[in-house]
Amino acid sequence: MNDMSNKWIGARTIRPDGADKVTGRATYSADNTMPGMIWGKVLRSPHAHAVIRSIDTSKAEALPGVKAVVTAKDFVDFPIDKSVMLGIQDMRWMARNILAKEKALFHGHPVAAVAAISEEVAAEACKLIEVDYEVLPHVIEIEDAIKPDAPILHDWVRHEGKPSNIAGTMVLKAGDIEKGFAEADIVVERTFTTRPVHQGYIEPHACTVSHAADGRVTIWSSSQGQFMVRAMTSLLTGIPQSNIRAIPAEIGGGFGAKTIVYLEPVAVMLSKKSGRPVKIVMTRDEVQRATGPAPGSLMTVKIGAKKDGTLVAAQGTFYLQAGGLPGSPLRGPVGCSFAAYAIPNVLSTGYDVVSNRSKVAAYRAPGAPHGAFATESVLDEIAEKLGLDPLDMRVRNSAKPGDKAIYGATFGDVTFVETMDAIRKHPHYKAPLDKNPRPGVKRGRGVASGFWYNAGGESSVQVNITEDGNVVVTTGHPDVGGSRASIANVVAELMGIDHSRVNVIIGDTQTIGFSNLTGGSRVTFASAMVATASCEKVVGQLKERAAKIWKIDAEAVKWEDGMALPAGDNAGKFPPLSLKELAAKANEMGGPIGAQVQLNTTGADPGYATHCVDVEVDVDLGIIRVLRYTAAQDVGRALHPSYVEGQIQGGVVQGIGWALSEEYLYDKQGRVDNASFLDYRMPVCSDVPMIEAVVVEIPNSKHPQGVRGVGEAPIVPPLAAIANAVHDALGKRFYALPMSPPKVTARMDEA
Amino acid sequence: MTDIRYLAPNTLDEAVSAFAAASGAASILAGGTDLLVQMRAGVRKPGTIIDIKKIPALTAIEDLGGGAFRIGAAVSGAVLAEHMGFAKAWPGVLEAINLIGSKQVQGRASPGGNLCNSSPAGDSVPAMVAAGAVVTIQGPNGKREVPVEAVPAGPGRTTLAPGEIVVSFTFPVRPKGASDAYLRMIPRTEMDIAVVGLGVNLTMEGGVVKAARVGLGAVAPTVLLVEGAAKALIGSRLEDAAVEAAAAACRAACKPIDDKRGTIAYRTKVAGVLLKRVVAIAAARAGGN
Ligand SMILES: Cc1cc2nc3c(=O)[nH]c(=O)nc-3n(C[C@H](O)[C@H](O)[C@H](O)COP(=O)(O)OP(=O)(O)OC[C@H]3O[C@@H](n4cnc5c(N)ncnc54)[C@H](O)[C@@H]3O)c2cc1C
Repeated sequence: MNDMSNKWIGARTIRPDGADKVTGRATYSADNTMPGMIWGKVLRSPHAHAVIRSIDTSKAEALPGVKAVVTAKDFVDFPIDKSVMLGIQDMRWMARNILAKEKALFHGHPVAAVAAISEEVAAEACKLIEVDYEVLPHVIEIEDAIKPDAPILHDWVRHEGKPSNIAGTMVLKAGDIEKGFAEADIVVERTFTTRPVHQGYIEPHACTVSHAADGRVTIWSSSQGQFMVRAMTSLLTGIPQSNIRAIPAEIGGGFGAKTIVYLEPVAVMLSKKSGRPVKIVMTRDEVQRATGPAPGSLMTVKIGAKKDGTLVAAQGTFYLQAGGLPGSPLRGPVGCSFAAYAIPNVLSTGYDVVSNRSKVAAYRAPGAPHGAFATESVLDEIAEKLGLDPLDMRVRNSAKPGDKAIYGATFGDVTFVETMDAIRKHPHYKAPLDKNPRPGVKRGRGVASGFWYNAGGESSVQVNITEDGNVVVTTGHPDVGGSRASIANVVAELMGIDHSRVNVIIGDTQTIGFSNLTGGSRVTFASAMVATASCEKVVGQLKERAAKIWKIDAEAVKWEDGMALPAGDNAGKFPPLSLKELAAKANEMGGPIGAQVQLNTTGADPGYATHCVDVEVDVDLGIIRVLRYTAAQDVGRALHPSYVEGQIQGGVVQGIGWALSEEYLYDKQGRVDNASFLDYRMPVCSDVPMIEAVVVEIPNSKHPQGVRGVGEAPIVPPLAAIANAVHDALGKRFYALPMSPPKVTARMDEA
Repeated sequence: MTDIRYLAPNTLDEAVSAFAAASGAASILAGGTDLLVQMRAGVRKPGTIIDIKKIPALTAIEDLGGGAFRIGAAVSGAVLAEHMGFAKAWPGVLEAINLIGSKQVQGRASPGGNLCNSSPAGDSVPAMVAAGAVVTIQGPNGKREVPVEAVPAGPGRTTLAPGEIVVSFTFPVRPKGASDAYLRMIPRTEMDIAVVGLGVNLTMEGGVVKAARVGLGAVAPTVLLVEGAAKALIGSRLEDAAVEAAAAACRAACKPIDDKRGTIAYRTKVAGVLLKRVVAIAAARAGGN
């Protein structure tokens, strides 16, 4: 729990970005303009699968107003046989994703780009680019892509020695599953499917880029990492990182999908060729067609248990869609599905399946919601068959601190049981539910849990004392979910000053040290750690200055309530020196006060969430509505509780959409048929109830404030929790998402 | 870039002659909640936009007495909602119009635009078909009147001749014991497009249905008047068998497509479900009138 003596950590302070956002002043990535700026537009493939024989751009270049045209030829070549990694991203695929090279791999795949005096002229020029395509048969769904006679996307992909669309495999093992299943009293095996879902951020991808005559590049764009933008742009264009300044704009949502680039390198080369600043803004149609989504999946999970509910064996086979190029998040389902349970015998296998859809991008706890849907549904069925309370059964099997995780690590202070208990003891779990409230209406309740790794990683911060004695903190992480507010709380607490005297800003790539992506539920963990180290250094400097002024030892000075005080034998001998007074004397006493800290942070223990949901089904129309939702999660410590609750609520809402209504629809030509927010059905406000976040705070002993990481775990349980609740209401289990009205009525009409 | 001419005439005659003179290159603008979206998407590129909201007849709401009303084609949903008398006489038509979009959209969207956009899923159309509303149309060759269901010709197409403008909708006199209702099925709770929309208009006398009309949307290329359903209801006391027969008539009338918004099987089933629910609401309202 938050220490009651804390003044700012755990306080619901006013968010630093709030006023700008509600008054429309916040500068998002499409809001930047420059003198002489021109507009870029991307030509996209009209085919789901085609060889690009040649591209003739001459007519487009001749159109008045056109300043530059680029194709893959203008970028660094990444041959297929040599992998170049940046984090988890392979530049061979990134290069081919931003602009198609040998083949167009999905409808909407960028093929060329134009910069012109207006968006209209650029669009006109795109139509004049002549691409000679050899159209190939396409394949969209996993089931089709893994058939022996499926159209093969890449002739260099081999699986078990044969040409295949399975581009990668991941296996984790423990014990002996044959033996495990033989010991089981009950074995349940089910096959599940989920559809790809888009991250659904409101802000489309956009950037403004200036390639100056001296070769220096400035990029204004929103992303989950300005350093990622710089590094990928550098790799793909060949321009050294020292010449690229990536300035992070305010971000209108990313949810993982803005951890890669689409437009920036393209705009850089257009700007280089034209000599003019170039701006590109995607339309919603382009966003839906060619960015994200999270993969769809085909999964089989088999779990064996003893009569008392002890789990003895588990097997998971997870096929995930990668899109047109390899790289689906296999470690999500393969590593997370069984992680929180102490099961002696496990075999967890993932397959990375390419097909003619846009390349998947990270989405909150990538791959984990899929696996949890399958596993937590099967666990619910086992508990039902054994007549056990589903949470009691989970508690009985829960892994403990010190247990070895299936993915190799040894668990630190994991709090799986405490999180399950938060729901077991919650009034919601015990509240009576009228399962037949009206004719034609059924209600049900379900629970599920979810695991996510969390992460630490690189983070840089600079804490400076201004000449007037206030504090400016520069961090290197885009603020997607409240990191500025949380860091302001931490710094105000540690400096012992009023929160309003701390201003947290996000530096660009040339003004702050390397900081890794805002992703993996890591930024508050990592940046609070470096901010703490930085504040400790600054307080040390302040104590030294006071000691110098008082001519006593620095050790004989303490820092309290924003003031240096003589301590020990000297206590009371000198009047305290405030931060303002020390700042005013800074230069005469040794120079500016401030400290930078850069660390590769470690000690992030996994995140865990347990959810309880009540649903109501309109049986004749097949409409499922969520009536009540309670989400418990151990967050370690909530530096800013409103943001923590917001993260939990947001994850749940996205999970509700995933479970009930969101899906990509393709037509026969392999084109996305619902590339708009009208027909890609994300929940609207009135579709969801107020989600109660139960914030469990068991401090992480490896973090100075006890932070654990919040953002991803809450999207892991909802799919299964809702499916389990629907089963409770209707007596039927749904193995395919979304549980949309036509599917629900079709299922009800089945004999 | 080509410039777009914007005209906002004050009289119907001016509007009609400008519209006819542009011979196909002009678009009528009421609320613009379809037109502007289509222009932005690049599917329509009018050379001239003729805004009809300055023409008094197009934005008037006239109480003709006895529950009869004439409403201008460009009246917005929000304005109509504030008219107490209309809500009492035609609650089904009003709820259908008010279901269009959101608060912001309601400030602009009109029933005339909804009809002329000719989406089979337009919400106000099945309710106006059920109401037996008559459309007044003005064109280069003068004025004519047709029932609502005669206007749509297919998705995005109407039977309006070049230069014709929809002026108003006239709703007939309301006998005692008459009322109407509209429901649509959407997967979300709002901001969605009807998978099926259904309007019912009933006149009840001593518990017996004296008159009935049923309008059914989003299940065929145009909104349908389902005469078979009306026939099953008329003369009944809304016994289960009669309502089930009307539901069956609605299902039989469906000629839907499988598309991203719904499957054939689902749409057909829902048409029957909605019929029963809408009849119940309309009958309850009629009982109070
Ligand atoms: C966010 C959003 C949500 C929406 N939700 C719904 C919904 O829930 N249900 C629904 O049915 N629709 C919905 N729509 C579509 C639209 O709002 C409705 O069709 C609306 O009724 C159109 O009216 P308008 O006055 O804005 O039409 P406009 O856009 O002005 O016109 C529509 C078409 O009709 C023509 N036209 C308009 N008036 C006349 C006239 N008097 N004579 C001849 N031609 C004319 C125009 O030229 C144009 O082709 C939505 C639209 C948006 C943007």
